[in-house]
Amino acid sequence: MAKLSDQSVRTIVEICGRYKDEKTPLMMILSDIQNEYGYIPLEVQEVVSKETGISVAEIYGVVTFYSFFSLQPKGKYVIGCCLGTACYVKGAQQVIDKFSEILNIKPGETTQDGMFTLDALRCIGACGIAPAVSISGTVYPKVSVDQVPKIIEEYRAKEGEVA
Amino acid sequence: MSKVNIKIEGVSYQVEEGLTVLEAAKACGYEIPSLCTYNHGECNQGSCRVCLVEATGARGLVASCVYPVNEGMEIRISTPKAVEARRRSVELLLSNHNQNCQQCDKNGHCELLHVAQITGAREGKYQGIHSETYLDELAPGLVRDTSKCILCGRCIARCSNAHGLGILGFENRGFRTYVSPAENRSFADSPCIQCGQCVNVCPTGALMEHSEIDKVDAAVKAGKHVVIQAAPAVRAALGEEFGYPVGTPVTGKMIAAMRRLGFERVYDVNFGADLTIMEEGTELLGRLQSGGTLPMITSCSPGWVNYAEYNYGDLLPHLSSCKSPHEMQGAVIKSVWAESMGYAPEDVFVVSVMPCVAKKFEKQRDQLKVNGIADVDAVITTRELARMIKRSGILFNRLPDEDWDSDIMGEYSGAGVIFGVTGGVMEAALRTVYFKLTGQEYGPIEFKEVRGHDAGIREATIDINGTKVSVAIASGMKSARVLLDEIREGKSKYQFIEIMGCPGGCINGGGQPYIKPVLMPNEPDDIIDTYKEKRAEALYSEDERQTIRQSHNNPDIMALYEKYLGEPNSHKAHELLHTSYAARVGFNEVAK
Repeated sequence: MAKLSDQSVRTIVEICGRYKDEKTPLMMILSDIQNEYGYIPLEVQEVVSKETGISVAEIYGVVTFYSFFSLQPKGKYVIGCCLGTACYVKGAQQVIDKFSEILNIKPGETTQDGMFTLDALRCIGACGIAPAVSISGTVYPKVSVDQVPKIIEEYRAKEGEVA
Repeated sequence: MSKVNIKIEGVSYQVEEGLTVLEAAKACGYEIPSLCTYNHGECNQGSCRVCLVEATGARGLVASCVYPVNEGMEIRISTPKAVEARRRSVELLLSNHNQNCQQCDKNGHCELLHVAQITGAREGKYQGIHSETYLDELAPGLVRDTSKCILCGRCIARCSNAHGLGILGFENRGFRTYVSPAENRSFADSPCIQCGQCVNVCPTGALMEHSEIDKVDAAVKAGKHVVIQAAPAVRAALGEEFGYPVGTPVTGKMIAAMRRLGFERVYDVNFGADLTIMEEGTELLGRLQSGGTLPMITSCSPGWVNYAEYNYGDLLPHLSSCKSPHEMQGAVIKSVWAESMGYAPEDVFVVSVMPCVAKKFEKQRDQLKVNGIADVDAVITTRELARMIKRSGILFNRLPDEDWDSDIMGEYSGAGVIFGVTGGVMEAALRTVYFKLTGQEYGPIEFKEVRGHDAGIREATIDINGTKVSVAIASGMKSARVLLDEIREGKSKYQFIEIMGCPGGCINGGGQPYIKPVLMPNEPDDIIDTYKEKRAEALYSEDERQTIRQSHNNPDIMALYEKYLGEPNSHKAHELLHTSYAARVGFNEVAK
């Protein structure tokens, strides 16, 4: 089991401390950790368990129940393809399949270079612009299969400039 | 408690307010088919929908396990609508179950099979895909097979209630949900103490002990000298497997059965228990007199030892260095007995019958080997012994009462018998410590203040000729933790603590016959609350029947020390009868 740095342990303990007076603090603690680190591995859950007295199995159960929580580190850019009813009938499945094909990862996975994570989302409330794709906060409306390579290129180019 | 008037099938009854429909019906003489209610709501989720009935004032059918009765309620259990709904619920459960009942060791004790039969579930009614399943056979003590799991959550509740551990939990959601230790790990790679309480409550074969009957068969086939030894608590419960009322001691028939199974020797682990008392009592006196680490804590329960190694690595010096009784006795069998028979130790195969599944883990510990040879080779549970007896065609109930084999060992004291119940090791030790300190036997013989049959902490102060010894007893890790935290904080006022892994001690071990009230129509309604007491009484009564009541008065024990070991805690005794512990990491590194 990978060891957490002392700094990480302190941060997690601090996060747990924020909700000391809450009756059911687990969701809030996990949300904060997810936001802070982008994922919640078992080592982190063990620290939370120690701090809260909630068993690791129960925490693990909550983390795996909600798709918002992640056990694996996410990529720099999280591509969320909405597969809600409206997006689906407008061809969202073909869109996510195209992302999948180009990036060579399945939904839920992250590319080896750590650049992209592909997520299948349920309705994100943007049915008017279906099919919608959200990439790290930016929403792309009415995405067609043909646009997909361009969108990926856009981000790769951005990274190229940085490098 | 105020009462409410209800009707069941048109007949009026008065029942206590606040009861669920299921409980109220039970009080009126109805057993509504159900899976979720067990042991006072330990796992009471209302999710399986097996116990549906019609009730006035409710929309549709109600799950009787969670729906409370109210004034004027009319309950209908046997209407076609309710009967069909219950059958459908069971058929849906079965549609995602592997249904290999013929090969399942839970058969005969399976509550799912029971409700399937009584609701008239039809074969293959709902066809479709099955959830992905997982089989964990890595742990020496436990097997988890999710293809049989109905997600009732009893195991999760028991692990938390008994130990505050919560090793098991629901993972993922919807159709992909399964119950497992975090990360879907094996029990072997999690801080599970392998006590087997989850096996006892599992309504199906999803959680089972890791059977070692095959190992025993293989040893017999290989022509080994196979010796069997049975723990005290086994005799208090084995009879249940053959229709005896809970609490019937079946020592004589059990011995006769084991002999007919063809073992070369049939020994009582009570001899090992007496030996443990000699060693542990002496160790305690040594620690008291020379300023050793106190309080000293017993080390007979391997579930407890696992818990200590995972969670209280800093307190391990408090544990007695004594091996557990069957391990001590195994070491004696493979040395002194083997020598007396002219056998090489490696040709002797020791089988222990235990009320325990953690003993299956214990026996393969490196610390419990002498010259590389394990003290005990196979551990079978009380339930597995019953299976061996049944498959051999032995009519248990018609067996004569026989006695243990006796050569260099065999004689045992009443002190050894009571090891099987919480407080028993403490009482047995006090009987001997009292004698060692005063040179006289304790007048009343029994130390009733340390007795009990349930979880929770008991304490007592025993005045031995002016020396006050403060003792405490705990069973179940939830109780134990309280005493351990006191030690950690330097606040413990005790000199000697007994800790047993399972609530109530070995009589309630994870390898004991299942207590499933719905499958025990001849036991009283409150059997779930009284079985521990009844089994404990079986042991206390055997203690009373013994002429020798103290370990140090066991003549075979005295002879063993005289001829072979010298004295308790001698160099030789340490070689054979003592062990060591090591802190362990709960969630170890696992190759993924």
